[in-house]
Amino acid sequence: MEKKLLLSFPPEATFQSFAYELVKDYDLRINILKAEIEIGKGGKLLMAIEAPEENIERGIAYMKSHGIQVSSLANKVFYDSSRCVNCGSCASSCPSGALSISAPDWKLKFDAEKCIVCKLCLKSCPMKLFSIEFTE
Amino acid sequence: MKKTVAEINEKIRSGKAVVMTAEEVAELGRTLSPAEIVEKVDVVTTATFGAMCSSGAFLNFGHTEPPIRMERIELNGVRVSGGLAAVDTYVGATDCNPERPDYGGSHIIEDIINGKDIVLEAWGKGTDCYPRRHVRTIINRDTLNEAILYNPRNCYQNYNVATNGTDKIKYTYMGTLLPHMHNCSYSSAGELSPLLNDPECRTIGLGTRIFLGGAVGYVTWNGTQFNTTKPNNEHGVPIGNARTLAVVGNLKEMDTEFIRGAYFEKYGTTMYVGIGIPIPVLDEDMARRVSIRNDQIETNVVDYGNGCAHVGRTNYAALRTGEIEVAGKRIKATPLSSLDKARRIAEVLKGWIESGEFTLTEPVRPMPAESAVKPLKITQVED
Ligand code: SF4
Ligand code: SF4
Repeated sequence: MEKKLLLSFPPEATFQSFAYELVKDYDLRINILKAEIEIGKGGKLLMAIEAPEENIERGIAYMKSHGIQVSSLANKVFYDSSRCVNCGSCASSCPSGALSISAPDWKLKFDAEKCIVCKLCLKSCPMKLFSIEFTE
Repeated sequence: MKKTVAEINEKIRSGKAVVMTAEEVAELGRTLSPAEIVEKVDVVTTATFGAMCSSGAFLNFGHTEPPIRMERIELNGVRVSGGLAAVDTYVGATDCNPERPDYGGSHIIEDIINGKDIVLEAWGKGTDCYPRRHVRTIINRDTLNEAILYNPRNCYQNYNVATNGTDKIKYTYMGTLLPHMHNCSYSSAGELSPLLNDPECRTIGLGTRIFLGGAVGYVTWNGTQFNTTKPNNEHGVPIGNARTLAVVGNLKEMDTEFIRGAYFEKYGTTMYVGIGIPIPVLDEDMARRVSIRNDQIETNVVDYGNGCAHVGRTNYAALRTGEIEVAGKRIKATPLSSLDKARRIAEVLKGWIESGEFTLTEPVRPMPAESAVKPLKITQVED
């Protein structure tokens, strides 16, 4: 699974030392999305990790034990329905069935509950109407 | 019973013409015979709204003082044709700046319709009569002398259904195709589609007045790659990509509700174009044609991951259920062209005709009875 985490570091902890452990000992694939850290002052870091759920849980417990605050972020898919032409291209690629288009009205329907945030729709909408937003 | 276009136009002018959309008349065809349909219906409106890459616009910028012979032209950083006299250009829908592939000619056309400002930069070598060598300025819909949409190939009669049999995602002009034939996409309005309601172009020819991008437009010629050699099924409908139309209209009068710039991932820019064509119900033959239903319109399923190999045959009624069967496998089927928009266009056109402001035209010249498409051969070129 993929999870987005917002980490807040206390001044005495810097990320560098943890990144290595997380990759090596917990087998997490890490992608840093945004970092605001000053050495010796602490800071915030937004990262995406991809790994089996239990590895992620163990990794989080490890970071917390070192004084890092960890909060997970939900990312949500949004689209600008006012510019939608109801072509159906996004629904074609949507693997979860969150996006669908069908008889009788052939207008796009988005069921956010079903979305697995695979982001294929970001690429497949020819009008570029999709975006991802992070919420805590 | 037989009717002429002139007689139908008389009825339109006096507000007595009976106009129906192609979907309505397809439904009527279940219970009424062609003879009854000619009696009852005068005009059938057909429509489509889909990606049509062979689209573009002629623009005339006007002359500067002193004038320039524009030989290299960029609009918002996109290189467009510099091969039309001094201050004319043609913006192709797929023109692009490789550095910014998701904004191209089709988006410039959309921006012009919306009245947005566009940066024009042009260079010329400087001549005795055109001494200026460079210009950089702002243009928009109102500063242009003419803005004429001219699309050399639109409105395909029928189109293949695309799937992908490989184990990798394919990003194509038929959308995102998931691996292992996980989905397929189709791009025709089926029974509402213009050329499927007049499959031999008996009433559609040069000069046919149409709905184009929200404005009145005209058919100017047979579209490029016009193909009459595709086999017809027993309902007289060609299977696969067959006839096409070249169309023209005043870009300044269009509405981005019905024409849109678009970008297909890893493919490039294209234009979604809305076209509506009225078809006069002249006789029983035309009545039979316009009553065509989705289950009678067939098309081929081809594998875009594998050189467009033929993998099956289906029809539009099956596609509209959201799932088709190909080689024993159920595949999710979704459209790429908008039926919702096509329906709206058919309704708008119906309204224009009912109000008496839009009359029908007879072709100035018919479409070619025979026309085949040649491939491009690669031959040895001497240096
Ligand atoms: S992110 Fe994936 S699952 Fe969610 S709507 Fe887009 S394509 Fe569907
Ligand atoms: S691909 Fe974009 S324009 Fe087409 S239906 Fe989906 S959101 Fe609407």
